[in-house]
Amino acid sequence: MSAEPLLSVSDVRVRFPSGSSLTSLAGKPRGIEAVSGVSFTLGRGETFALVGESGSGKTTLARTLNGLQAVATGSIRFDGQHLVGLSEAQMKPVRGRMPMMFQDPVGSLSPRLSVRLLLAEPFVIHGLSKRDLNAEVARLLALVGLPRDLADRYPHQLSGGQARRVGVARAIALDPVLVLADEPTAGLDVSVQGEVLNLLNDLRDRMGLSILIITHNLHVVRQIADRMAVMYLGRFVEQGETGAMFRAPHHPYTAALLSANPEPDPDKIHNRIVLPAEVPSLVARPSGCEFHTRCPCAQPLCASDVPPPVTIGASRLTCHFPLSVEAPAASASA
Amino acid sequence: MTLLSVKDLSVAFHTEGGRLEALKRVNLTVPANRIVGVVGESGCGKSTLINAILGLLADSGEVTSGEILFEGDKDLTRLGSDQMRALRGQKIATVFQDPMGALNPVLSVGRQMRDIQYRSGLSRQQKNERSIDMLRKVRIPDPERRLVQFPHEFSGGMKQRIAIAMALMMEPALLIADEPTTALDATLEVATIELLKDLQRDIGCSVLFISHHLGVIAELCNEMVVMYAGEVVERGTTHEIFHNARHPYTRKLLACDPARLSRREPRLPTIAGTLPDLRNRPQGCIFQPRCELADEVCRMAPPDAAFEGSHVARCWHAEATMAGVSP
Amino acid sequence: MLDQALTDFPPRRRERLAATKNALKRILRDPLGAIGLTLVVLAVVSAVFAGVLTNYDPNRISPMVRFAPASLQHLLGTDHLGRDLFARMLFGGRIALSVAVGATAGSLIMGMVLGLIAGYGPRWLDNILLLIFDGAKSFPTVMLALTLVTLSGPSLLAVVFVVVLVSVPGYARIIRTQTLVMRSAEHVIAARSMGASTGRILRVHILPNIVGPILILASMDVPSVVAIEAGLSFLGLGVRPPTASWGTILNDGFSNIRDSYWILIAGGLPIVLTTLGFTFLGETLRDVFDVRLRERS
Repeated sequence: MSAEPLLSVSDVRVRFPSGSSLTSLAGKPRGIEAVSGVSFTLGRGETFALVGESGSGKTTLARTLNGLQAVATGSIRFDGQHLVGLSEAQMKPVRGRMPMMFQDPVGSLSPRLSVRLLLAEPFVIHGLSKRDLNAEVARLLALVGLPRDLADRYPHQLSGGQARRVGVARAIALDPVLVLADEPTAGLDVSVQGEVLNLLNDLRDRMGLSILIITHNLHVVRQIADRMAVMYLGRFVEQGETGAMFRAPHHPYTAALLSANPEPDPDKIHNRIVLPAEVPSLVARPSGCEFHTRCPCAQPLCASDVPPPVTIGASRLTCHFPLSVEAPAASASA
Repeated sequence: MTLLSVKDLSVAFHTEGGRLEALKRVNLTVPANRIVGVVGESGCGKSTLINAILGLLADSGEVTSGEILFEGDKDLTRLGSDQMRALRGQKIATVFQDPMGALNPVLSVGRQMRDIQYRSGLSRQQKNERSIDMLRKVRIPDPERRLVQFPHEFSGGMKQRIAIAMALMMEPALLIADEPTTALDATLEVATIELLKDLQRDIGCSVLFISHHLGVIAELCNEMVVMYAGEVVERGTTHEIFHNARHPYTRKLLACDPARLSRREPRLPTIAGTLPDLRNRPQGCIFQPRCELADEVCRMAPPDAAFEGSHVARCWHAEATMAGVSP
Repeated sequence: MLDQALTDFPPRRRERLAATKNALKRILRDPLGAIGLTLVVLAVVSAVFAGVLTNYDPNRISPMVRFAPASLQHLLGTDHLGRDLFARMLFGGRIALSVAVGATAGSLIMGMVLGLIAGYGPRWLDNILLLIFDGAKSFPTVMLALTLVTLSGPSLLAVVFVVVLVSVPGYARIIRTQTLVMRSAEHVIAARSMGASTGRILRVHILPNIVGPILILASMDVPSVVAIEAGLSFLGLGVRPPTASWGTILNDGFSNIRDSYWILIAGGLPIVLTTLGFTFLGETLRDVFDVRLRERS
């Protein structure tokens, strides 16, 4: 196996236009940066999780990898191929190998198409309709554990769990190497959530898939992700190995996020790090370290200087005063 | 004292495919000054229960048996629509998953908060002061200035807090909260739970809190009710149920939550089988077709009696599950 | 070709048939729908089989039987040139319906194409198209018709052209709005993420979801097209005499209203019945297929 990772993303920025053309004439900076200088790599067969509050740019990043969102600057290398600047036609074969799963299990299925047509669609789009589509549909249904007679149902006749399985089946139709799963368990009951995650895990083991999973359920992350990254205002504030980050988060934001996780134990005493105030707007990013407005360990330096990247163990983070392993609440010098 | 008590409540809907029993002999009580959680997966009848309490069942649905006693003597299933309307918003308030259901997008927050107090007889000035007080209680910064703003000028978390402020404005005896934190991020979810706890203590109301999120129920509620396919399968204090669940369904449900797994498992636990068709309920225990403990006796309706304090598990094998199958 | 693969695969005719039967049953259950459907079928059958239903040539002049009242020979009587009015009514229906169906279908297709382009295409194109739609819509129909017919001379084609010009912007605007909503729907983004082409997204993922209400709207527009055709022909701006049209029959009747009222009936009755038929049918279709209305009842 080659040493090169399956996916390497370096310093990717995504901008959305905002404001009228008049404000841009007035010389103000145009647009907001929804993804701001993100770099990471993803190996073959690896599961990488993106976590963060809503609006932190997780979904935008996933859509950017798939080419649904244009990259302003930076580079994306997937399976030895540069993706930035590819045309729609050039992107098409890449999309077959890097399918996406969407948040809304039922809403991401075209309402007027039967399950059979939905599952046949990837083959039709990619010019493979000469294959025996009925056989392919049957194969896919079996693969995700759905009964055959479901093929003639329409999306609105499916339960959330069934619709999610159809979504998974569609994603793996063309033997992908990487699945981008945006909140694959959102809106599912806990019992069904386990089934879907087991399914993804099985497929990873059997087909050697890599998975990029976006979720706000940290317990899910701990169960299935090998590595994870925490996003805040479109940046990675910390990334590293899941186990290590859960044991000893180094960025105060990671620590706060991990502590704010409701646990099904009424007697547990929580040492919560409560974050004050609301998430700042992307239009008016704070100076220095962008987390300093909410950080419980902020110092004057944090408001003025942008923190340098730091490496602690396997974790990479940007913080002036990372939390040390010994004293999780106190600040330590970098 | 008991504020709300639901006794043997059954609700049926008339659908094209036949009669659907959405709720079957549901029993639960909400004592004064307590937070009671209702937990269950989709299709368990949580929404039907709320609608039945609020007198807002769809036209195709009807209460087929039982009663809902509020404040001891008022049976909500028999109240006229005028009397019901007088209760809603004054004595019984609601908060839903989507705060925009409670907020009118074209009126300022202050105007809407004044409008709720139309029965109070206060002056406009006094109403505004009470609104500001309430906004401060739900931790909206700078409430005086915020009062003139419109819903879209607030973030999602703030909108939900404003919806809570509006629900509690008239100091209701009962707050019904239907998945109010589901659409929020974990950080906001925790903050909202803390807020609800504090407000409940301040006002001294009872809360009926509906959620599918076990962690939220564990942190917020004193007592809880587990529902499955329109029936209450287990009820008791939160402590009893999370530490000593007796119904096989409850045990399986708890086991499914990845938060309960202390280490990484190659396979996450699931519940085999699917929900029964509510138009054609299985005989006896509702969970019997998916239950590993099921035997002949489970074809009879399970007992509905407490075996320990207030703890009720509607299962013939409730005593055995302790030593029996591991969760 | 790829598209064909998807539509051919597999034909689920039986279910379609069952759905159609079910819809038909629901239309007929509503008395208004039953009347509407009957009238529409009557109008269509009499237009299609006009040649079979009468032995008379609608344009043959017979000076011997001028102004004959209704009788077994002439079911609706004859006009001032002795032409059989029943035959003229049937053949007039052909003109009315072909103009109505042709013009409505034409404007529907054009409106759909333009609306999809405006809704899914780039912003600048959307703005230009909107400007054109609004411009075309701002002309009063009759004035526009008069102007165009004066310029081109009266003809059936001119009538169709006027109708298309007037109704395209309405359809296009509705399709555009729906497309705008749909383009950010998750299933459309999902299709894009799989690499579906723009054409495929529009055909398979957007159009089928927005076309239903528009078809119902179009069926309710048919009566007004019938009225425009009859009106223009009445004014002598539509079909040219001696071709039979309900409008020209009305005109003939109008000149002789004092002594032979039946000419007016031959021209007026079919207009009233057809208009009513399509309106009733359209309303019932809307009630049957609009889910939101169905839930309210």
